Amino acid sequence: MKAVYFAWMRERIGKTEEEIAPPAEVRTAGELIAWLSAQGEEYAYAFENPKVIRVALDRAHVKHDAPLGEAREAAFFPPMTGG
Amino acid sequence: MTPTVRVQAEDFDAAAEAALLTQGRTDIGAVVTFTGLCRDEGGRLAALELEHYPGMAEEEIARVAAQACERWPLQGVTAIHRFGKIAPGAQIVLVVTASSHRVAAFEAATFLMDYLKTRAPFWKKEHRKDGTSGEWVAATEADDAAAGRWG
Repeated sequence: MKAVYFAWMRERIGKTEEEIAPPAEVRTAGELIAWLSAQGEEYAYAFENPKVIRVALDRAHVKHDAPLGEAREAAFFPPMTGG
Repeated sequence: MTPTVRVQAEDFDAAAEAALLTQGRTDIGAVVTFTGLCRDEGGRLAALELEHYPGMAEEEIARVAAQACERWPLQGVTAIHRFGKIAPGAQIVLVVTASSHRVAAFEAATFLMDYLKTRAPFWKKEHRKDGTSGEWVAATEADDAAAGRWG
């Protein structure tokens, strides 16, 4: 699946997007956060406070306990500050 | 009625957008226009950089606009949000609501702005006048509380 990052998460990870292949036991958005945060120092830094991280699956907001299902794109970003 | 939603780098004309909603109609009694501008934060800000999630930004604003249409009897809704570098004094966001009566137009415009701030995927980064690379603007509890009051 594709992972995309925004704002300070993008800066900390140093990538706008990438293809990721989490193992089958990663079933929810929260489990994906935990898995990603173990992929290296920059990921650990970006995901250091998982509670504040927002997740969207296929461009719709989801909670951390949401199943990944067949989602093709997972986005990670801090709380939004538009308007 | 389908809400008009646009996410764009270019500026917008609030009066022209409001006129488009009322053109040729005689059933609209109230139009509320809200324009959000870039503040200079006491003179220290050179510009705001607005990052967005292309695709989701439009879709999320459209979802919020559809919710507003379910809650209030609206004859027209327009929401425009800009991205990119925006200078102090320049326009960032526009919400226009049209209805037969003012209460629906006022409430729907407030609802749209409250939800847009907490749900639309945009992030502001500050560029300071002293040349230092600024901070990402932090989300405020006041904004969350404002969105929360709509239940």
